[in-house]
Amino acid sequence: MTTTIERPEDETSAGSDVPTITADAADGSPELGQASTPETALPAETVDDDVPRAIGSRTQDDVLSLYGSLVGSGALTWLLYYQILPFTGRVGFVLCWFGVFVAMYAGVSAIGNPRLVVIDRVMGAIVKAGALIVFGTLATAVAFTLVRGLSALMNVNFWTEDMSGVRPTSSLGQGGVLHAIIGSMIEVGIAVAITLPLGIGTAVYMNEVGGRMSRVVRTIVEAMTALPSIVAGLFIYTVLIVTFGVSRTGIAAAAAIGVMMLPIIARSADVVLRVAPGGLREASLALGASKWQTVRQVVLPTVRPGLATALILGIARGVGETSPVLLTSGASTFFNADPFNEPMNSLPLFVFSAVRSGEPLYISRGFAAAAVLLILVLILFVITRLLARQRVGRR
Amino acid sequence: MTILLEPDQHPAEAPDDDQPRSIDPALPPGDRVFHGFAHVIGLSTLVIMGAIGLFLGYQSIPTFRRYGLGFLTESQWQPEQDVLGISAVLLGTATVAVVALAIAFPLALTSAVYISEYAAPRVKSFLVSLIDLMAAVPSIIWGLWGFFLLQPKAIHVAHWLHTHLGFLPFFHVDTDPEAAPWAQSRYAASAFIAGIAVSMMVLPMAAAVMRQVFSQAPPGEREAALALGSTRWGMIRTVVLPFGRGGIIGGTMLAMGRALGETIAVVLIISPAFEIKFKPLEVGTSTVSALIAGRFGEATSSQLSALLTAGFVLFIITLIVNTLAAMIVARSRSGAVTD
Amino acid sequence: MTAVPLTDLFEPTPVVEARGGTLEARGVSAWFGSNKVLERVSLDMPANSVTALIGPSGCGKSTFLRILNRMHELVPSARLNGEVLLDGVDIYADGHRITETRKRIGMVFQKPNPFPAMSIGDNVLAGLKLTGIKASRSEKEGIIERSLTRAGLWKEVKDRLKEHGSALSGGQQQRLCIARSLAIEPEVLLMDEPCSALDPTSTRRVEETIAEIKEQITIVIVTHNMQQAARVSQQCAFFLAEMGTPGGIVEAGTTEQIFGEPVDPRTFDYVNGRFG
Repeated sequence: MTTTIERPEDETSAGSDVPTITADAADGSPELGQASTPETALPAETVDDDVPRAIGSRTQDDVLSLYGSLVGSGALTWLLYYQILPFTGRVGFVLCWFGVFVAMYAGVSAIGNPRLVVIDRVMGAIVKAGALIVFGTLATAVAFTLVRGLSALMNVNFWTEDMSGVRPTSSLGQGGVLHAIIGSMIEVGIAVAITLPLGIGTAVYMNEVGGRMSRVVRTIVEAMTALPSIVAGLFIYTVLIVTFGVSRTGIAAAAAIGVMMLPIIARSADVVLRVAPGGLREASLALGASKWQTVRQVVLPTVRPGLATALILGIARGVGETSPVLLTSGASTFFNADPFNEPMNSLPLFVFSAVRSGEPLYISRGFAAAAVLLILVLILFVITRLLARQRVGRR
Repeated sequence: MTILLEPDQHPAEAPDDDQPRSIDPALPPGDRVFHGFAHVIGLSTLVIMGAIGLFLGYQSIPTFRRYGLGFLTESQWQPEQDVLGISAVLLGTATVAVVALAIAFPLALTSAVYISEYAAPRVKSFLVSLIDLMAAVPSIIWGLWGFFLLQPKAIHVAHWLHTHLGFLPFFHVDTDPEAAPWAQSRYAASAFIAGIAVSMMVLPMAAAVMRQVFSQAPPGEREAALALGSTRWGMIRTVVLPFGRGGIIGGTMLAMGRALGETIAVVLIISPAFEIKFKPLEVGTSTVSALIAGRFGEATSSQLSALLTAGFVLFIITLIVNTLAAMIVARSRSGAVTD
Repeated sequence: MTAVPLTDLFEPTPVVEARGGTLEARGVSAWFGSNKVLERVSLDMPANSVTALIGPSGCGKSTFLRILNRMHELVPSARLNGEVLLDGVDIYADGHRITETRKRIGMVFQKPNPFPAMSIGDNVLAGLKLTGIKASRSEKEGIIERSLTRAGLWKEVKDRLKEHGSALSGGQQQRLCIARSLAIEPEVLLMDEPCSALDPTSTRRVEETIAEIKEQITIVIVTHNMQQAARVSQQCAFFLAEMGTPGGIVEAGTTEQIFGEPVDPRTFDYVNGRFG
């Protein structure tokens, strides 16, 4: 792209392709009339050895200090652990190792490195340890649930039967949680059918119609997100079951779940609508569209992925919460698809009653149901990720 | 060509009948229906939620009429003797929440800093999703984890804490730690263990808020710090953390609000005890939510009102915490860029 | 590292020493991912003088500048080849601590970025705090005064050092950032279009600052404004990137030559405003 320019009467001082500019060495200022100063020149053909070089910001000292401290502290802790320190168990060992590691790392770094580098390294180690603890704990909780429930999950009957006629001590080849799975779906389904339109509609009201009243509504909605789920359950219990005599059925559970979900969904939908660019609405109105047309054809389609994500997360919350259903429906053993009569079991309620029973086999079933719950939440979550990526891809 | 105004044309001397005119928006009929419909929906939500709040508050009338203000100071909950009070459960709720926050706060902060500042770009988005997933894990899973997996190990930790730090009243347990077979059961089913389980539940919420705020720290300031020769931690400390202060506090308070209301994990782990004590390592405690979950079944109508009042008190406390959190976030620099 | 004893900084009259470092780029190429943006750029930037990098936008001037103090690699997909020698030593060689390099080669950015949570005085000292340079309280006061004087800001702010850094006007903020960079006594100061966001009066003040401090510091300045390059610099390098090709230097030489008698026709066209 550049041409090699050489004036006949001068040579570039280096005599090679390396371009230079030179100024008078003595005082740094060029002399006027020095017409023969060479200009830069670049090679006419690009040579193929121009590849990126590997550069790093870590020095050898960085690497050696880190791994040396890790190994050294590990060895030191191992030596001292059982002799001197009166701790027990692997947890204590890891904690001691970490403490010794930080001290050793700091000490080693302090030799020959300024204080800031020592602090930088130690804080880096602490931050990474914190993240490791968090994600490690998540992994153990998930793994624990899955492993403990595996034996029950492997049976086909677990997925296809209910627990009617099955004693708590029966083997895992009998009985299942079909009634709980269906129960969860029905209860959450009813709750969603009511809260979804109500929540999105409220969000549309707050954002598109506005006005003084909508501000009141927004305040109340945000306040109600603070309602603990158990209080929502107690509310429905008191009003529907005690006062109105509705027995502990699926519909009551659905109502409790709905009460819990409504502020969450309304608030998430509100947030999604609020960050939608205002320019879109203006453009649509400027074309002569009515407000309703703007909402229906411009705003809602634009925020659809974000809205879907918020809703699915709300649903995941509704499926997983135990407190609302604990108070409003019963831990029945038989399959029941009728929300208006008879108690209806659900996954979290099943888990709760199973693990408190004290029977090992029943507890295993409980873990398995918890694993099902976990898988369900995971599936919902993956769906939201796919939706979010779709939005990014479409742009 | 420009025109010079004649003196009597200058705006200052213009006649004073220049007032805004009223304009009829003349909404199309579709919009009139839309507005009406939206109003109805919004007001329905308002009514439903308002009714719930009012109902809960209303329940305090019969409760206080029956049990007096002593309801707030009485520690025992004995329905058969009609002695009801929520002071012990409130203290228990606070204890569990304090333990949970003490663990959740540093973990949330370090993992948020890690994801925002230290993680490689490819790993970063995965970890962000992982934190959101952690927030979606149902609370009963953490209850199982706490009761079956954590408790056996945590008992030893509690024992160690008691042995070495037992001179502090906070770490005291009513048993002899030095005894050869020390009483394991005295350390089980405590607020400490429940607090750990609750902390795992609330920490992703705090971490997500903090991370989002850190990621919005202005890159210009970050570059300025680095260009001066600062180390990574120096840059974090000077630019990211001060910028994210609002998010740190707000996220923590949101986590606290959730910790106050957590039910299932607490119910699975603790054994109920109604005492005024601030000894989380010791067996036995109670929280408002555990109280409701445990006692609703056999409650008479007045006791039910009492439970509802307890729930209302919890709701109000959570509401105050959440509102403070929102105010702090909104007022801070980080709040200006978040929703 | 060429360190100056801090007691030297407390002199009432600044001692003019040629303390600037010599910067040389050898065959620097740069990529963002697989997209090559700079093609084998080599340039000498002599000590104690001002080198201006001129050229239309998008031809890699700022990328090249950021390679000079190892800020380029902050972008995850950034890669480079070639060498950058400060006083003859490659700053990218293994074993060189990045933070040390950035202490010796400072940078002023296009958009002024004082730390808003700090006062004006603390902003000036921020570099010391961040790099662990210790100074006594009187030394610190001396550093503040000296740096702000060199940046041409002392008279305007000497009575309000405790006010917040963001309370100043744009031009003042930029001079504050210059003072902040100067406080740690770098050998080279890189300036990435420092006046593009400023009004003409502030621009003039910044250019006066550049003229004064070049006696002690080497300056490399990227600028869009040709007249500014002609005013402040002693050397110029003209960057160009033709459609779809990586950027590079077309021509470099003394400022008089580049503007008076450029050799390449494209340089001639650019400095005469035929394209921009």
